[in-house]
Amino acid sequence: MASTPRTSPEVGGMGHSVKRKEDPRFLRGKGNYVDDIQLPGMLHMDIVRSPYAHARIVKIDPSHALKIPGVLAVITGETLAQYKLHWMPTLMSDTQMVLPTEKVMYQAQEVAAVIATDRYAAADGVEAVEVEYDPLPVVVDPFKALEPGAPVLRTDKPNKKDNRIFHWEVGDRKGTESALAGSDVVVEQKIYLPRIHVASIETCGIVADFDRIRGKLTVYMTTQAPHAIRTVIALVAGHVGLSEEKIRVISPDIGGGFGGKVPVYPGYVIAVAASVVIGKPVKWVEDRMENLQADSFARDYHITARMGAKKDGTMTGLEIKTIADHGYADAAANPSKFPAGLFSICTGSYKMPKAFAEVDGVYTNKPPGGIAYRCSFRVTEAVHAIERMTDVLAQELKMDPADLRLKNFIPADEFPYKSALGWEYDSGNYAGALKKAMDLIGYAALRKEQAEKRKKGELMGIGISSFTEIVGAGPSKHFDILGIKMFDSCELRVHPTGKATARFGTKSQGQGHETTYAQIIAEELGIPAAHVEVEEGDTDTAPYGLGTYASRSTPTAGAAGAIAARKVRDKAKKIAAYLLEVAEDDLVWEPGKFSVKGAPQKSKTIQDIAFAAYTNHPQGMEAGLEAVDYYDPPNLTFPFGSYICVVDIDRGTGEVKIRRFVAVDDCGNIINPMIVDGQIHGGLTMGMAPALLEEISYDENGNVQGGSFMDYLLPTAMETPRWETDKTVTPSPHHPFGAKGVGESATVGAPPAIANAVVDALSHLGVKHIDIPITPEKVWKILKEKGVAE
Amino acid sequence: MAKHSISVTVNGASQGAQVESRLLLVHFLRENLRLTGTHIGCDTTHCGACTVLLDGVPVKSCTVLAVQADGRDVQTVEGLEKDGKLDPIQEGFYQEHGLQCGYCTPGMMMTGCALLKSNPDPSESEIRQAISGNLCRCTGYVNIVKAVQHAAAAARAR
Repeated sequence: MASTPRTSPEVGGMGHSVKRKEDPRFLRGKGNYVDDIQLPGMLHMDIVRSPYAHARIVKIDPSHALKIPGVLAVITGETLAQYKLHWMPTLMSDTQMVLPTEKVMYQAQEVAAVIATDRYAAADGVEAVEVEYDPLPVVVDPFKALEPGAPVLRTDKPNKKDNRIFHWEVGDRKGTESALAGSDVVVEQKIYLPRIHVASIETCGIVADFDRIRGKLTVYMTTQAPHAIRTVIALVAGHVGLSEEKIRVISPDIGGGFGGKVPVYPGYVIAVAASVVIGKPVKWVEDRMENLQADSFARDYHITARMGAKKDGTMTGLEIKTIADHGYADAAANPSKFPAGLFSICTGSYKMPKAFAEVDGVYTNKPPGGIAYRCSFRVTEAVHAIERMTDVLAQELKMDPADLRLKNFIPADEFPYKSALGWEYDSGNYAGALKKAMDLIGYAALRKEQAEKRKKGELMGIGISSFTEIVGAGPSKHFDILGIKMFDSCELRVHPTGKATARFGTKSQGQGHETTYAQIIAEELGIPAAHVEVEEGDTDTAPYGLGTYASRSTPTAGAAGAIAARKVRDKAKKIAAYLLEVAEDDLVWEPGKFSVKGAPQKSKTIQDIAFAAYTNHPQGMEAGLEAVDYYDPPNLTFPFGSYICVVDIDRGTGEVKIRRFVAVDDCGNIINPMIVDGQIHGGLTMGMAPALLEEISYDENGNVQGGSFMDYLLPTAMETPRWETDKTVTPSPHHPFGAKGVGESATVGAPPAIANAVVDALSHLGVKHIDIPITPEKVWKILKEKGVAE
Repeated sequence: MAKHSISVTVNGASQGAQVESRLLLVHFLRENLRLTGTHIGCDTTHCGACTVLLDGVPVKSCTVLAVQADGRDVQTVEGLEKDGKLDPIQEGFYQEHGLQCGYCTPGMMMTGCALLKSNPDPSESEIRQAISGNLCRCTGYVNIVKAVQHAAAAARAR
């Protein structure tokens, strides 16, 4: 389907690189992002933040701020407490402060909000609010947080006696222990995946507009999940009179999301509260430092992994124990039953007879979170663990890492494959992808070159990552967010003139849904993609859905689009049979028209049928040509790929230079090859970023390091290599058009390829592992220690 | 706070205003003139989303005061399209899928425009160098480089 499109380029169904429908407005500067919204009488909000990571609030004095012209109000936790809005639930059924009444729990925590007539006055107000703090002992290290006698941080929870949030485990603990005990070789490695931040170029923001007369709240918000937000607002603020039918959440154009725009941040809630109380629109847009220092982070997983194998390299078992630093609240955005997300995909692409994984979530004095960074619920952490461990094992066995992978891959004919940790992988051809990547990059020649370079003392490394992703949640029997099942939806209306409007429960943040969803409808109905208007992100018009994250849009809402179109086609067939005066069974479909079997000149196009649906439909049939589908996937989809990275290391500076990077991805059938390529380019760059550059760390006092773009280094065009992409196509057997999610594959797959390449370059010196980000400083220290620095 | 009288030529039209001395050029463009195509991504001159051309030179308008633009010429993304025809740089971004979320795109295109004026046939490394002050989180830059090359070829052909 993907390689040879069934439709003409004019129709632009699946497999066509249709140019994007969203581009004309963006190219002219006519996008409509939250900060572009300006409403009559709109006020501006700015936030006072804590300089301390842990402190009791002694006093908040707003008097000087209130004297500044234009400053109208200073909102504190006490103000919100009057409305019982000073605490809110997180998506993980934990609780989080909106504004504190007693103490702050991390540096940059919201302490008070200033409402003013313009953003400059609001900023002046923030400077003038005087807050007196009494510092408390700070807990930064999650291991120390678990020690007996550590200060208990969540004193708001009366029964909480320690800092453990949850213990979660999966798999066969004893069976894995004995498998490892019976192995010829067991390797063990500690692996740390540091805190990082998605840092979409647009920060987060909101315009809350409460109409007192109609009692209606309209919220323009940087959210990846507008319907879920509407329900959360109704549940959290129902007691102050906000009722779900009177709440409209609009997610306008979004300047990148990557998971960071899934959670509910305190600023949003304060702005809503302020608008409801004041009765005027209130805008809040955070600045970059607030974004990096206070919004949800990703990762912060301290992993200890053990892997066993026979002498010949056959893997026997995997055990992974993890301490997860969640900051002061578990504000991750995982499905309810999965406190560690889909971390149990950690057996990866391999036949692993026995496996066990456990994760302990821990409170510390850091911002709350544990969200994704362009990856499906903790999959990056899992993939990094298994792909690093595979290389650690290869090094121990003195086997080529490609050979070790090829030996242990789940064979293509064993799908669907039930993993040791309970997943049913839908389809795959892992050896096919790796062999293709090896051919493209010239693997054998590179190994030869490496051997020659080593003789000359030059440092060159080749790294492989053969990842398996797990994306597209539901199925709803296992997956929910705060109890709301993870289906997704499409409402399709075909108009009398044969054009269509399709609305979805997801929300694009750059993925190009307006184009790809139109192509799905084009594929199924033969209506040109140019004639299909796609709408998302307005809860007053779009059908209910769970939003866009975790590469779920094509697997769920895309599937709903196809099924809705098929429902329309079923009705169209009845109308066609009526118009052509034949039985339905006598009709054949090709994209765009029904014709009579054996008499192809007798046909009705979808446009003819659409017109008839409103003007000449059969008696007894409802008029119109519309359908709705709420798609509940029978399983997740399991995209995969093999990446090979070649690095050269500068012995003078420790700098790692990516010479080549070949990515072979398999996301099943492809809707738009141009867009998929673009998604992979971006994903690879967001994979390289934490591998080489990005980290948010804290000093012993809880002061954030990496809280601005001065210290938190996003890749520029200079560091980013010219990615080389290719594909294999292994359709998902259960998805309506055989597609799998793809937006995050590369972010998940790239970091271990790069880390493995760097370790490979240094393996002959006895280096077995380096934690990411692999900065020049880290490498240079190793070179110095090994006596090879120049 | 004292106000200053300024006159700035924006996309060819003269714009007079009374502004506070601290008003940033980006806020003058976005809020006073409602030219919201110029975006704000960091406030600290790192991300380049707010890049505009000041007398033909790319500047980050989050760290230029509106008063500094007094008597000068400013070009923003809204001024690229001429007589209903996209500028070659816009056409390049469209054809080469050089944008995804669209947030960095206006700044990226303005930087690309300035590059092509001074260097009509830039190499890949010259393009990468030129856009190194403009961050993009979506595209991985591969297609942005192609977009600028596309624009360069189209401009030469015109």
